Amino acid sequence: MKRKLMAVVVSAALAAGMSVAQAQEGKLSDDVVKIGVLTDMSGVYADYGGPGAVAAAKMAVADFGGKMFGKEIQVVSADHQNKPDIAKNVTLQWFDRDKVDMTVENLNSGVALAVSALGKEKNKITIINGAASARLTNEDCAPATSIHYLMDTIALGNVVGKAIVKDGGDSWFFLTADYAFGHSLEKDTGDVVKAAGGKVLGAVRHPLTTEDFSSFLLQAQSSGAKIIGLANAGANTVNSIKSAAEFGITKKQSLAALLMLITDVDAVGLKTAQGLYVTEGWYWDMNAETRAWATKYEAVMKKKPNSNHASVYSATLHYLNAVKAAGTDDTAAVMKKMREMPINDMFAKGGKVREDGRMVHDMYLFQVKSPAESKAPWDYYKLKGTVKGDDAFQSLANSRCPAFKKV
Amino acid sequence: MNKTTILYLVLFIAALAAPFIGYPIFLMTCLCFALFACAFNLLIGFTGLLSFGHAMFFGFAAYVCAHAAKVWGWTPELAILFGTGCTAVIGFFVGWLAVRRQGIYFAMVTLALSQMVFFFCVQAPFTYAEDGIQSIPRGKFLGLLDLANDTVMYFFVLAIFIAGFWLIHRIIHSPFGQVLKSIRENEPRALSLGYDVDRYKLMAFVLSAALAGLAGATKSLALGIATLTDVGWQMSGEVVLMTLLGGMGTILGPVVGASAIITMQNYLSGLGSWVTVIMGATFVVCVLLFRRGIVGEIEHRLGKSASK
Amino acid sequence: MTEIFGVPIQAFMGQLTIGLVNGAFYAMLSLGLAVIFGMLNIVNFAHGALYMVGAMVSWMLLKYAGINYWFALILAPIVVGLLGAIIERTMLRWLYQLDHLYGLLLTFGLALIIEGLFREAYGSSGAPYDAPDIFRGVFDLGFMFLPKYRAWVVLASAVVCLATWFVIEKTRLGAYLRAGTENPKLVQAFGINVPLLVTLTYAFGVGLAGLAGVLAAPIYQVSALMGSNIIIVVFAVVVIGGMGSIMGSILTGLALGIIEGLTKVFYPEASSTVVFIIMAIVLLIRPAGLFGREK
Repeated sequence: MKRKLMAVVVSAALAAGMSVAQAQEGKLSDDVVKIGVLTDMSGVYADYGGPGAVAAAKMAVADFGGKMFGKEIQVVSADHQNKPDIAKNVTLQWFDRDKVDMTVENLNSGVALAVSALGKEKNKITIINGAASARLTNEDCAPATSIHYLMDTIALGNVVGKAIVKDGGDSWFFLTADYAFGHSLEKDTGDVVKAAGGKVLGAVRHPLTTEDFSSFLLQAQSSGAKIIGLANAGANTVNSIKSAAEFGITKKQSLAALLMLITDVDAVGLKTAQGLYVTEGWYWDMNAETRAWATKYEAVMKKKPNSNHASVYSATLHYLNAVKAAGTDDTAAVMKKMREMPINDMFAKGGKVREDGRMVHDMYLFQVKSPAESKAPWDYYKLKGTVKGDDAFQSLANSRCPAFKKV
Repeated sequence: MNKTTILYLVLFIAALAAPFIGYPIFLMTCLCFALFACAFNLLIGFTGLLSFGHAMFFGFAAYVCAHAAKVWGWTPELAILFGTGCTAVIGFFVGWLAVRRQGIYFAMVTLALSQMVFFFCVQAPFTYAEDGIQSIPRGKFLGLLDLANDTVMYFFVLAIFIAGFWLIHRIIHSPFGQVLKSIRENEPRALSLGYDVDRYKLMAFVLSAALAGLAGATKSLALGIATLTDVGWQMSGEVVLMTLLGGMGTILGPVVGASAIITMQNYLSGLGSWVTVIMGATFVVCVLLFRRGIVGEIEHRLGKSASK
Repeated sequence: MTEIFGVPIQAFMGQLTIGLVNGAFYAMLSLGLAVIFGMLNIVNFAHGALYMVGAMVSWMLLKYAGINYWFALILAPIVVGLLGAIIERTMLRWLYQLDHLYGLLLTFGLALIIEGLFREAYGSSGAPYDAPDIFRGVFDLGFMFLPKYRAWVVLASAVVCLATWFVIEKTRLGAYLRAGTENPKLVQAFGINVPLLVTLTYAFGVGLAGLAGVLAAPIYQVSALMGSNIIIVVFAVVVIGGMGSIMGSILTGLALGIIEGLTKVFYPEASSTVVFIIMAIVLLIRPAGLFGREK
């Protein structure tokens, strides 16, 4: 008898709780501009973003003047440890409790997708830098609140494919990480190579946790392709490059890294990486403006910035400029301004935020210098080609974003 | 009305009030992992079997439930049940393979098998690998009650947690549970008494796997995402830590341990790699000096003072 | 060009050779684990982290003290061994009376601490470490180019593994060790310092891991994360070989390296899982492992 009573009481309490909850509602206040930098501070991607991204955002705030409408601009940061669960929890707290108006960086595709969806739900601006998934502006787009600021897999494929074929590399073999990201890199780049008049001789897929690439590289070698495309990222790319150098493969064939930043090149070393083709959206040694900014960054972080860091700076600055122009930090008004105003800073000239949330800017093909050609630390790249933003990124007509699908 | 019942009542009332004071999503995360740890504890604390691959059940159920809810459009309770069911089946096969060995070997086997599940999840298209399954809709409970509101969802999750917890409680205090405890204490003797020890272990394993799956499926709906982190071996290690810290073999221990670890991960996230170091240090300290865990230690002290 | 199973014989032989090289690594790492488990009944989860420490120490020796590879080959394992001795003396010692699971949990915690500390200090991208000049270049084997360094790795592993097996199975010291684990009190009564032997065994086992780390440094990036993926495969190898058997783990390590290499040719996507599939099969047919004895 007692048991049954307990059960009834418990169920009633739960039901009551649920109905009370339904009646609740929340309201937020906005009297300060608060920016959140969400990144990986300590794990595999810490060098892509990490403390450097936070520093870059703070530099943007300082260069803007530090204050918006008389109030101090605040920057908070968090380490998501590459766990989308934590990223979601932190971002939710930022939006609901901590009055954060905009989050930037959000590296790691799993995190970026979660944050972008959250921004859509809570009507807060989310700027994605260090994630490459093209889904952010296609199937999982959130054009009203989200901007994909740095490169994506389609742009990488476009630039690498077109520019290298133009440079003479017209037969390809792919070394692909065997999961969605690797597959899409391989396919996107392969399509571009073929369209540009090149040939794809074959591909081999390796598991994500492979450490030793010698077997796969041997297969690439026996294919005789001029270019070995590395459709993988991070440690996989680094290890592939090392093994290729070790087995003497780079004597006759060239490697093309499809997703690599200058910090990866630094990790591998010039001796091993020389001759490698790399695509990035920015390089510190391109002109006087980039050099000046890189020097300021180096004073804080003790090493030169990569393109991700530069993009975080640019995105933050653009946001602040947009808020000033709009006169408010209301999401819709600021997003409108961000789309209207062009981006002309040390990161991009003539950069533009499109209606689907894609930030379009020029992309560059570089080749890694040999140790003899490098005159100073971080002097790693020589410019091999520039691809204009509209040619690099997916055109709006091809977008699979539900809001823009042309039937 | 003894002390334990009063304690449960107090906790229940606290749980009812919690979402109005604390943060619903965070609390839901704690509840899901608490259930996960309780399920794990059923195996280690009450049967004496250390499974080092429990994340495979938690994570796989999360993926399956997410797929059912998002792609097939099932209502939440069906999606969760589906996730739990699939995990129970996997638990059966894994358990059947694993109980052939004991002690350390058992742990190694579960670890290796969970790696296979991990690799499957990396390559299977429906999981979207690194991106994970995102924006999972919560749907309407029984087609009637919309779970989109966080506080409403919290009570749904709390109900599931209480159901799971109650089930574990019943199992532990049943004759079946007694046999499990005897296996933990002295397996040869249980065998000599005529019990089919392997069958009992397998049943405990399947129950533990299913409940871990229940926790994972619920988490995927509560947080709206299912990713590779959920099936990785680091997750398996974390649930061991949660249970060890809270107190193996106690009923409330895993709940305390899970809440402690989740809180630490979320609030210390600014410390970077130190979180890993702290977790490792907690492991070491618990094993060397604090084997009873938080709740175990409390019970021990109370037991001592009661017998004075 | 002749073909085997649809693959050109050149590629086939090339993959076999690479598989042998990887197998040599697995053999050395699983040997250390098997020694520790066989003698101490501890599953040393920290093995992967200590392998990483071996690589890190050799990198640090070069960077901060200009000490080159050859000295690192000797110094790094000693450093790791000392670390192991400290761990054993201060922490593992207390766990021998308890359920073996606690040893596993403790070493798991240690692995997290070690990895976390190195990640905090050096980040996770890793750094390059060069092989000594004498190994620069390749042997032209006709069907492939084999880097000289990799050939050295196979040679070094073979020597170390055989020497270890010899010491444990054929010498008096090894006999003391084996006896000391089976019946410590009796052996102690004979005047042999069993606790010291145990410490030395653990130190030696992890020293082997450290040595593997030094050998690995020029091949893979030296990074704080290099231990965490390889450790699980090594565990599978040891389970397949039989956790108490020294020769078993050596042979299994080599065999699995070769099998993995062949899988990379015929069905590359499965090359990560093949070890676990074999483990599951072996457990079904021969639960004690291929060479193991039930304990």
